[in-house]
Amino acid sequence: MAPVGKRVLITGLATFWGGRVAQALEADPNVEVIVGLDRHEPTVQLERTEYVRSDESYSILARIVKAAKIDTIVHTFLVVDSTQMRSRTIHEINVIGTLNLFAAASAPGSTVRDVVVKSSTLVYGSDPRDPTWFREESRRSALPRSMVERSLLEVEGYVRDFAVDNPHVSVAILRFSNVLGPDITTGLARALELPLVPAIFGFDPRIQFVHEADVVRAILFALETQLQGVYNVAGDGLLPWSEVAAICGKHTFPLPPFGMSLLNGPLSRLGVIDLPDELLDLLRNGRGVDNRRLQEAGFSYHYTSAGTVADFVEAVRIRNMLGASESAYQYERDVEQFFRHSPAVLHDE
Amino acid sequence: MPPAKPTKVTKAAATSGATRAKKAAKPAATARRTTAKQAPVRSSSVALVPVPKAAEVPAPLPDPRRSDVDQWGRSEHMREIARRMYDPLYRTWHRVEWEGLEKIPRAGGALLVANHAGAIPSDAPSIMHGIETELGRPVYGLADEIFKRMPVVGTMWSRVGGVLAHPDNAYRLLREEEQLALVFPEGTKGTGKTYAERYQLRRFGRGGFVQIAMRAGVPIIPIAVLGAEEAMPILWKSAPLAKALGIPYFPITANMLVFAPLGPLGMLLDLPSKIRIRVLDPVHFDVEPDQPRYSRSRIMEESEMIRQRIQEALLDMLRARESVWFG
Repeated sequence: MAPVGKRVLITGLATFWGGRVAQALEADPNVEVIVGLDRHEPTVQLERTEYVRSDESYSILARIVKAAKIDTIVHTFLVVDSTQMRSRTIHEINVIGTLNLFAAASAPGSTVRDVVVKSSTLVYGSDPRDPTWFREESRRSALPRSMVERSLLEVEGYVRDFAVDNPHVSVAILRFSNVLGPDITTGLARALELPLVPAIFGFDPRIQFVHEADVVRAILFALETQLQGVYNVAGDGLLPWSEVAAICGKHTFPLPPFGMSLLNGPLSRLGVIDLPDELLDLLRNGRGVDNRRLQEAGFSYHYTSAGTVADFVEAVRIRNMLGASESAYQYERDVEQFFRHSPAVLHDE
Repeated sequence: MPPAKPTKVTKAAATSGATRAKKAAKPAATARRTTAKQAPVRSSSVALVPVPKAAEVPAPLPDPRRSDVDQWGRSEHMREIARRMYDPLYRTWHRVEWEGLEKIPRAGGALLVANHAGAIPSDAPSIMHGIETELGRPVYGLADEIFKRMPVVGTMWSRVGGVLAHPDNAYRLLREEEQLALVFPEGTKGTGKTYAERYQLRRFGRGGFVQIAMRAGVPIIPIAVLGAEEAMPILWKSAPLAKALGIPYFPITANMLVFAPLGPLGMLLDLPSKIRIRVLDPVHFDVEPDQPRYSRSRIMEESEMIRQRIQEALLDMLRARESVWFG
């Protein structure tokens, strides 16, 4: 008889990461059950993942964890791109969502044994006093000034409390650097797709990138090896922002070095650029993280920072040439239900 | 949270196996469960890899790098330009002379510690330029974050080999990359001295440089620099202006008066003082590297001793000096 497989809960199934991780887990025969939570319907085609609609604060979570005997939680639903949401919503999703998630996971009789949290290197901030590389235990140099950074710090606080209270659970926090890739849209990707790349006059910070494929691979790696602890996930090497623009074949447009946070409001309203505080800090001071701990644990990256940028550029070039290929997939509840549960559908095996 | 991965894997497998075994009330289930759980850990890369697009290792793209800026922000190309621009100043303006250059190692990490003087100090570029041209070894200058805050200046400083003086940076440079790093423990207390206080060394910080050298397991090489004080002497300082501008000191230098006809450029130009650099005997600490802490008293003692040795060397060089301009 086949051994009992993993029973995985994924938060944020409709987000890029949730969908990708669910797709990858479906291919793994050791994973028996995949339950995905989100406020919205999934955006990628999934074979056997069960989608459960929930509000962002996961009020029904404790019941799901109990009913489905969830043993593994992949917490990908953490907002790191503050241009897409109001800060109030970010707080609800990141802080309150995580609070409820871990409250449910630590309920008496909980079967949860593995937790992987997708955090961000935003928790280190970006300040002139920063070391060139942050190690996982380095402390940030300045107090956070943006909502998304504050919320992620609170999230990690909850995760750490959970790890301390539940020593039998292996908890991994993965802190991802700036993500770029063919499919994902991030604040930096949008900046790099503008005709002129915004830069701050007189500053040419070194920035690190991680490829979207490496992000998914790192999450899966953490699940496979039951990784425990905090790990930075970032490609090798740091690139000056001007060079990033050069690889993209663009020139930079200098923004005034002072008073940008005042200018930013009107500019983003006009739809020119949207650079929230944490991105302005990044374009001024840059940020590097030491990625060796994850490599020592056995993970190997497919892309360096420069390779990530090159792959992103190539994808943008093809997209511009062929036109945007809209995802053909549209989630339709009834159809999905039919395919999954109707006895009329013959499944292989 | 340390990684501690391998032990954890077996432990987790054992615990989850135990809980399930209790439910099944079958002792055999424990063993089966444990092996079943361990098996995917070993051979798992086959099972979990098929992510739609990232399945196979991507073909290596041609190197996309466009510049030679290294991870510290240093560019050998920019460094070369800086050397070419600084060379006339080094050779004909300051006529820099070294003494004991052979004490600087040709390989391996070492922390160079020197006295710091002049409103815009010329000791840092002289030492870096000298070692790089004479020994052909790069030197990374560790400095305060004030540079990083300034537009243009910060970027240029970083491209020509400046690195923020952070313990993590120093450790990585010295221990892992085995480079030469130059540090001025007096910091802005040294450069902000007025002319009347010349060659009186300030406090050597809190001895952090000694601790870093101990942790990195590298020797400290004390260096005494004569002549930088006179290259840009501070006559008077304005505390309110410095505060308003957010800089450590706002000086009125002799250069501003002498080179007044040159306009604002005169502020940046050194007086042609003769610079003499004496490398003192390296200080080795026979302590175990990589310790989280070192004896505070030992650190302060070593720090004070190094300061004393540089101070004595300076006084000795001052006694031998006949002229500020001709040495």
